[in-house]
Amino acid sequence: MSTPAAAPPLPIHTAIDRPHFALQFDDYHQQYDACVLGMWVFLVTEVMFFGAIFTGYAVYRMLHHDAFAMASNELDITLGTINTFVLLTSSLTMALAVRAGHVGNSKRVGQLIVLTMILGATFLGIKFFEYYHKYEDHMAPAFGLPFEAPKAVNDAGLAGPFQLFLSFYFGMTGVHALHMIIGLGLLSQFLPRSSRIAPAPGAAVLSALNIEVVGLYWHFVDLVWIFLFPMLYLIDRSDTI
Amino acid sequence: MSATLEAPAIPPATPPTRLPRNYLNAAYTVRSWLLTIDHKRIAILYLLGVTVFFCIGGAAAVLFRLELMTPEADLVESETYNKLFTLHGVMMIFFFLIPAIPAVLGNFLIPIMIGARDMAFPRINLLSWYLFMIGGAFTLFVTVAGGVDTGWTFYAPYSSTYSNTYVMATAVGIFITGFSSILTGLNFIVTVHKMRAPGMTWFRLPLFIWSHYATALIMILGTPVVAMAILLVALERGFGIGIFDPKLGGDPILFQHLFWFYSHPAVYIMVLPAMGVESELIAAFTKNRIFGYKFVAFSSLAIAILSFLVWGHHLFVSGQSIYAGMIFSMLSMLIAIPSAIKVLNWTATLRKGSITFDTPLLYALGFIGLFTLGGLTGLFLAAMGIDVHVHDTYFIVAHFHYIMVGGTVMAYLGGIHFWWPKITGRMYPEGWARLSAVLVFVGFNLTFFPQFILGYNGMPRRYHVYDPGFQVLNVMSSAGASILGIAYLFPITYLIWSLKYGPIAGPNPWNAVGLEWMTSSPPPTHNFAHTPIVDFEAYEYPSSSAAIADTHGN
Repeated sequence: MSTPAAAPPLPIHTAIDRPHFALQFDDYHQQYDACVLGMWVFLVTEVMFFGAIFTGYAVYRMLHHDAFAMASNELDITLGTINTFVLLTSSLTMALAVRAGHVGNSKRVGQLIVLTMILGATFLGIKFFEYYHKYEDHMAPAFGLPFEAPKAVNDAGLAGPFQLFLSFYFGMTGVHALHMIIGLGLLSQFLPRSSRIAPAPGAAVLSALNIEVVGLYWHFVDLVWIFLFPMLYLIDRSDTI
Repeated sequence: MSATLEAPAIPPATPPTRLPRNYLNAAYTVRSWLLTIDHKRIAILYLLGVTVFFCIGGAAAVLFRLELMTPEADLVESETYNKLFTLHGVMMIFFFLIPAIPAVLGNFLIPIMIGARDMAFPRINLLSWYLFMIGGAFTLFVTVAGGVDTGWTFYAPYSSTYSNTYVMATAVGIFITGFSSILTGLNFIVTVHKMRAPGMTWFRLPLFIWSHYATALIMILGTPVVAMAILLVALERGFGIGIFDPKLGGDPILFQHLFWFYSHPAVYIMVLPAMGVESELIAAFTKNRIFGYKFVAFSSLAIAILSFLVWGHHLFVSGQSIYAGMIFSMLSMLIAIPSAIKVLNWTATLRKGSITFDTPLLYALGFIGLFTLGGLTGLFLAAMGIDVHVHDTYFIVAHFHYIMVGGTVMAYLGGIHFWWPKITGRMYPEGWARLSAVLVFVGFNLTFFPQFILGYNGMPRRYHVYDPGFQVLNVMSSAGASILGIAYLFPITYLIWSLKYGPIAGPNPWNAVGLEWMTSSPPPTHNFAHTPIVDFEAYEYPSSSAAIADTHGN
């Protein structure tokens, strides 16, 4: 897709002035615009993807208000809040990395990407810790694992909808976590390289585009959590069940 | 032997001739096809894929139409019958109708029509073909392994609690194919926005591009929703998470809402590209500019937007609130307006045209008639009173086959014939092609018109044992289906024949206007020797210069 290898070597200054772009494009700007628009269009599909399960959740929340409120209180709000903080901070470091990519500071990009990935991995670690807690408390409604609703819920006859809430909790945060893992995979391409091979001509400019596109994705995944956190943890929260 | 004694005639030395390079003779290896990022080759790959899936879906239809010749169950059992109609629906909808026109003709033509060298993302384009084939392979596996019996709609709890067939594998296949559709839509949108040649303004775009743009919008907005619906069913079956399980207080109707939020717009994914083909055919064979170009263009977008607001008309009898039903009923009727604008404008384009009745126009005229009938019966179904009466009867079956087969398949065949010389560089045999176009029309009507009457008289769909009073109409329908089946085999045969024996077409066999007719046939790998500069309007036929002057005045 890139310029054929047989092309005559360009003078050094041209290589800097004319970064690589794929054959179907007329110039680098067209490629840049197309790739960024492509990512935005993809994010629209992601909005619709998450939108479907959010809608289902909202409908059930109305249908089974009391059970969902009780189940919501079972979630660990402290860990949820810490995770929100961790994820928002990773968005900050990502935004700084995009900026560093645009000004061509590749060393800075490497540092910030490492930081972003550590924060992302921390989020996932805390999330799996939360999952494990739910498993220990017999509140993971999957794979036929033992499931017991608390006594108060059982007494109120709300065990079914209570389990529905936890199904949504695992489904929604699970799909979100999957997106986080994919995001970490995408970010890993910007990890600082130990090799001292000089970058290919135009590579720095191209990576500014790549990092912009991956940055959009990362911010979107964070944004999904900004909706998940209040919907799952915060609404109808009270100390008394 | 005496002949050998004579001096052999030495042919005069001729300089070695080299065929002009095109996308087909650029390379011959299997690898050059399977790893191609040329949108034209990917279109050919899709053509092969959808044809295979079409034949499988068609074979299933032949089997159950044979069963329906008699009121008793004599050929297949109930279980097998359920699997046959599910196979037919899944194959035809997800693996033929949805990808057929966009992925084959759209892929081939969109970059050429806008004067680009390729799609914006050629590798993603290839990826979507692989996803499509992997999804298809899953479904083929299901077919071989024993089938699935839920119907193509996968309603919970048929698909979740009560089905023991291969729902999971089918769901995975459709989920993967959905991503193929999303990526195709994404590619179309970015390509149309960013890759147009200099001078190719939005209102110089062929209407084929407008309708594909509208289709791509539905693909990216609708497909993720059905992906989530399928994922939730998969979670329910695979992981034991109960989202739609009434025992827990879950609501199976939610599945129907999520499913139809995609699957009704999916009808427009099938028919909007067909409308785009229709505009091209009508313009080329009347040598007229499409009457009311902007109306036709914007009606595509109007259909795309309205298509997301009508899904509730599938749930009139599912326990949806009657007020929601009334709103959905009204919105469903609204969508007839942009559809009617298109049909009326095509008809107006025919007026004073210099019409030639070549095969593509025969299909195009068939489309207008059948689509109109399908659309008008759609209005019956949008009215709640009638829908309650004919819900889940053959009336529905007839209605959507008039849209999907009468509309989409007719336009697809018309488009394939119209652009065949461009795709392959060869003409097809016109006589055979006209004969099969007429056969398709006759066979189609004989198959599906009796089903309107059957449905109105109360024969439910999806049953293979029926009241003997319905037999005459069913036999008519089965007879039509066999004509239709044979008529579909004709083009497959003579189009393959034409690859070797068809006359050389030349760049513009139809004297049509458009960038695709300004490059050689088949086009070179990068479509044009030089990036074209567009200084003409769409459909700028000599006879329509007055209409164009009028557009400029607006």
